[in-house]
Amino acid sequence: MSIILDKVSHIYEAGTTMSVTALDNVSLVIPDGQFIGLIGHTGSGKSTLVQHLNGLLKATSGSIYFNGEDIDAEDFDKKRLRSKVGLVFQYPEYQLFEADVFSDVCFGPKNLGLTPKEVELRAYEALKLAGIEDEYFYQSPFDLSGGQKRRVAIAGVLAMKPDVLILDEPTAGLDPMGRDEILEQISKLKKETGITVMLVSHSMDDVAKYVDRIIVMNRGGVMLDDEPAKIFKQYERLEEVGLAAPQVTYIMKALHDRGYDVRLDINTIDEAKKEIMSYFSRLAAAKRRR
Amino acid sequence: MLRDITLGQYYQTDSVIHRLDPRVKLVATIAFILSLFIFDGAAEYAIAALFLAIMIKLSRVPFKFMVKGMKAIVFLLAITIVFNLFLTPGEPVFAIWRLSITKEGIRLASFLTVRLSFLIIGSSIMTLTTTPNQLTDGMESLMKPLKKIKVPVHEIAMMMSIALRFIPILMEETDKIMKAQMARGADFESGNFIKKAKSLIPLLVPLIISAFRRANDLAMAMEARCYRGGDHRTRMKPLCYKKRDFAAYAVIVLYLAAGAMADRIVKMVLVLL
Ligand SMILES: Nc1ncnc2c1ncn2[C@@H]1O[C@H](COP(=O)(O)OP(=O)(O)OP(=O)(O)O)[C@@H](O)[C@H]1O
Ligand SMILES: [Mg+2]
Repeated sequence: MSIILDKVSHIYEAGTTMSVTALDNVSLVIPDGQFIGLIGHTGSGKSTLVQHLNGLLKATSGSIYFNGEDIDAEDFDKKRLRSKVGLVFQYPEYQLFEADVFSDVCFGPKNLGLTPKEVELRAYEALKLAGIEDEYFYQSPFDLSGGQKRRVAIAGVLAMKPDVLILDEPTAGLDPMGRDEILEQISKLKKETGITVMLVSHSMDDVAKYVDRIIVMNRGGVMLDDEPAKIFKQYERLEEVGLAAPQVTYIMKALHDRGYDVRLDINTIDEAKKEIMSYFSRLAAAKRRR
Repeated sequence: MLRDITLGQYYQTDSVIHRLDPRVKLVATIAFILSLFIFDGAAEYAIAALFLAIMIKLSRVPFKFMVKGMKAIVFLLAITIVFNLFLTPGEPVFAIWRLSITKEGIRLASFLTVRLSFLIIGSSIMTLTTTPNQLTDGMESLMKPLKKIKVPVHEIAMMMSIALRFIPILMEETDKIMKAQMARGADFESGNFIKKAKSLIPLLVPLIISAFRRANDLAMAMEARCYRGGDHRTRMKPLCYKKRDFAAYAVIVLYLAAGAMADRIVKMVLVLL
């Protein structure tokens, strides 16, 4: 199970004066089970890229392989691909349409032609995975809060049981608490199911805590692709393209610059807390020795 | 997908036609459409075709792009042709079962095809080269005299510009929702008519909800800026005629005159050849 992109380019409105090169020669390998953060500033081509991964957009040039099969081949089953590579769009709550939450989540598995029993089972599991309480199951999705709607929409995709889950800015427009809840839920889901997850965002703070690989996009191309710690070390390059390392990375650097001997490869608040605490105990120990 | 419908869409580039005053383009389009309905001979249509070709060339909009917009109306055109071919009484040329194609039918159908496609291309030149805002400004200005008889000209123009503004937004929205549902395995293409119609529900419900939401937001935003209709409003960019606009009016008159004398002109050309 892997997705391989080979020199994929995408041009919108090709051949007109409005043509936009949204992807430029992107080559990537997405192996099984990774937790990937896809980062880039507005308009860098993130959404365009992820829509290629489940065949919603066709590459202008280049090829995409899913488990070794070319997804643009004549006999390739796009519908199966879409059930294997689940894509949750930016502002997914706008796709809800059924009278109640449960039926809406049933939409995906129903389209796969499963038996009604299996459909309901999957919908139930997906709603649980997305963290929706039973009491909301038969409410109208339009009566829920923004964050809850978004969970329902995520459940709608999870119910297809994808091997790869891609979330396009799942935290856009949510307050800090809603954001943390969604991200925690996704991370928990990743741990429980072991599927590949790709988190699209333009905030390093969002992804730093969870992912084990970061792909940085700039102007339709892949600029950096590495482990988070190595990416954040290059925060000057990130700043050049309108991004930034997580805030704590800067705090630790500022501390270091002022003569506090703390580690610099720190990207989450928890790590920072531990490091600062350990710095104080180191200090105390040193004092005692003197 | 839906973006392929270019009817009523603006094509950004710089050309003589783009720079014309929207009023000129409106008048020209109306004149052209009227001429298509008055003309009824091959010679006249040749003149119209020539005029159209020159306008397409001048507009610098790729012809391919214009024709893409025609796809949406091919169905309508086909129906018109079929009905006219078979249902026009007259001298039969060819008969299948109880239906017969008549000489008059062929004539009528071919004229109608030319007329309709010219009409569509002609009006799409206007919309392709004029932004919706310019278009409604032009319309408002042309309809000003109607204000005297209490026609709410400004309000009509405002409604038009909002409607036009919303077309691309709703198209984009449709595209997005369609993709989102396709990501959940929805299939908008296969199946029979009933199945297809049913498959539209997951598309239409979110679309209508979002249209209402947008309308609501817009109303709120307008109210927040104290919008209160047309009286005593001034414009940021008032329309004013330039030299080229008068030249364009002259070209329209010339075209109509050429149309009126089409038979003679064509004969002259033939003689010269
Ligand atoms: N349907 C479309 N038609 C034409 N151009 C498009 C379309 N969708 C995106 N683009 C253009 O392609 C480029 C990449 O857009 P994309 O949506 O992939 O960016 P993004 O990284 O997802 O940005 P954001 O963070 O704002 O979501 C942008 O310049 C955008 O204007
Ligand atoms: Mg995006």
